[in-house]
Amino acid sequence: MRRLRFAVLVALALASAFCRQDMQDQPKYKNLRGSAFFDDKRSARPVVEDTVARGSLWQDDRFTTGKADGKLVAALPVPLTRELLERGRDRYGIYCTPCHGLTGNGMGMVVQRGFRQPPSFEIDRLREVPVGYFFDVMSHGFGAMPDYAAQIPTADRWAIAAYLRALQLSQRTTIADVPASARPALESPDAPAKAAPLPVDVDDWRRAVDEGPTEPPEREH
Amino acid sequence: MAQIFHRSTNTLSRVSVFGAVFFIAFLLWLFDAVNRSPYITQQGIARVQPVQFSHQHHVGAIGIDCRYCHTSVEKAAFANIPPTKTCMNCHAQIWNQSPELEPVRESWRTGRSIEWVKVYDLPDYVYFNHSIHVAKGVGCETCHGRIDRMPLVSQHPSLEMSWCLDCHRAPEKYIRPREDVFTMGYVPAGRQEEIGEKLKAEYHIRPTRELTDCWTCHR
Ligand code: HEC
Ligand code: HEC
Ligand code: HEC
Ligand code: HEC
Ligand code: HEC
Ligand code: HEC
Repeated sequence: MRRLRFAVLVALALASAFCRQDMQDQPKYKNLRGSAFFDDKRSARPVVEDTVARGSLWQDDRFTTGKADGKLVAALPVPLTRELLERGRDRYGIYCTPCHGLTGNGMGMVVQRGFRQPPSFEIDRLREVPVGYFFDVMSHGFGAMPDYAAQIPTADRWAIAAYLRALQLSQRTTIADVPASARPALESPDAPAKAAPLPVDVDDWRRAVDEGPTEPPEREH
Repeated sequence: MAQIFHRSTNTLSRVSVFGAVFFIAFLLWLFDAVNRSPYITQQGIARVQPVQFSHQHHVGAIGIDCRYCHTSVEKAAFANIPPTKTCMNCHAQIWNQSPELEPVRESWRTGRSIEWVKVYDLPDYVYFNHSIHVAKGVGCETCHGRIDRMPLVSQHPSLEMSWCLDCHRAPEKYIRPREDVFTMGYVPAGRQEEIGEKLKAEYHIRPTRELTDCWTCHR
């Protein structure tokens, strides 16, 4: 009798090792897991109307809408720093290059596969728009361009807007605009493309973003 | 009375007592082998998806960054699967008649979700977090393989506990510079041991003791 019981226990233990137990698939929601409770089968619920999610309270209209008194802002609502521009460059590379291309000329890969070609960021019309315009296009889309409000958080959209100004500047920059101290790094044949120093100094950009430039900044050497 | 068994059965029974040890060992081995086989772990098996979404096209050929779609991978535990809107960014205009994309357009029209089949699926009692791995220089490629060559995603590692631990015991063998976390086909610029040790110090990777504590992953 004992032995039989033991054999049964061993058999059960072995058999249970093959089972997937309850702890494997617990009755709880993990991200994007389907739901049998809600009609639309989503466990991720949309924000309830007339409520504000934690951390997304609109405190500064200039920051969240890019507008002040109904007009697009001409100055950045966030402090312009080197980190902001680098963040902008990084985000631009992720979200905008598929269509606008690395230099902003509008010849990204998706455009080469048949998407409508956007204008180059270098054209005068876009050089003259206030910086809030870029933010607005990203937040609401423009013509054939989709909006990026869901993919890019507000602060990152400002970083991209700041970087677009820099990108515009860089397209009309000559070697003479580069501070003498930074030139050797650019001219050496093995200057790594990624780590190359930003070609113009941050103060120029700061001015450019605040004032909305039409000319590349003057430099004396 | 004549003997029922021939003398030779004596040897036979001795051999089978001896052989039983091997037989049981074989059964145990078989059990372990099945348990670790792709049949159980699902390693390397591509799932059938509602849309034939190809990373090979989108990442390999067009060069879209992972974060364009997997938006939260840098800042959250969950990497995020893109909503239909993300596909429509491009497919409202291009390939907008393709029958392959009909489920996407239908989802866009009706507001119903596309039901992707989960490929990487840890048991619910395991805690995993993408953001820490991305921040400390573990590449997508290290865990997910050459996604840019996969027409359909299949699971690259076994996802067994030993796989996680192999790295948590010696992260210097795998980590890469942060700029290269999203790069596919990364080749270390030098000897991995040296680079790994340097980065380990630079990124302040915690000691093995802490990374292999049970509560790191079971909490
Ligand atoms: C899917 C392709 C695509 C992506 C990705 C994309 N754009 Fe565009 N963009 C376009 C197209 C197409 C136009 C032209 C729209 C038109 O004229 O109808 C455009 C136009 C623009 C314009 C100019 C609007 C004008 O007044 O002419 C700006 C500014 C712009 N995009 C910024 C961005 C930024 C910033 C990003 C990254 C967050 C981005 N775009 C990502 C396709 C794209
Ligand atoms: C154009 C959007 C897009 C891009 C870019 C993209 N993915 Fe995906 N990814 C998806 C979609 C949609 C799925 C779900 C369908 C599937 O599993 O194939 C997915 C699924 C996955 C999965 C499997 C998830 C699971 O467990 O079901 C992994 C892993 C993954 N992607 C990794 C990557 C990596 C790494 C990159 C960058 C090299 C990348 N993806 C770029 C859209 C994208
Ligand atoms: C940035 C633009 C972009 C985004 C976003 C995008 N795609 Fe695509 N997709 C393309 C391009 C371009 C092609 C054509 C590929 C080629 O030419 O190699 C394509 C091709 C396809 C095809 C093959 C169509 C056919 O008839 O062969 C499918 C299916 C597809 N995409 C699904 C998706 C899904 C699902 C998503 C959302 C997760 C998505 N795509 C997001 C640009 C995009
Ligand atoms: C340390 C290994 C590791 C690294 C590095 C890693 N992943 Fe994952 N990934 C996983 C595991 C494990 C899962 C399954 C998570 C689960 O089931 O809870 C997963 C799941 C996913 C999913 C499905 C959604 C989810 O979060 O469950 C996507 C998409 C994904 N990874 C994309 C990426 C991308 C993009 C990168 C590069 C930035 C990346 N992963 C880096 C291990 C990794
Ligand atoms: C290729 C290497 C690698 C693999 C594979 C890997 N990890 Fe990690 N993991 C790391 C590194 C590096 C860290 C960062 C340690 C630190 O913070 O110093 C980390 C950190 C973590 C943390 C965060 C610890 C904390 O206290 O916040 C968790 C949780 C974790 N890993 C779970 C997992 C799980 C679960 C798996 C297997 C599915 C896994 N990891 C596979 C390298 C890896
Ligand atoms: C680096 C992350 C990590 C650490 C640390 C870790 N585990 Fe696990 N553990 C896992 C993963 C992932 C699985 C799921 C394996 C699977 O699905 O096959 C798992 C599964 C298990 C299981 C289920 C057995 C099985 O194979 O199905 C047990 C029991 C377990 N772990 C115990 C422990 C104990 C005890 C410790 C501490 C000594 C520990 N784990 C530390 C990641 C970890």
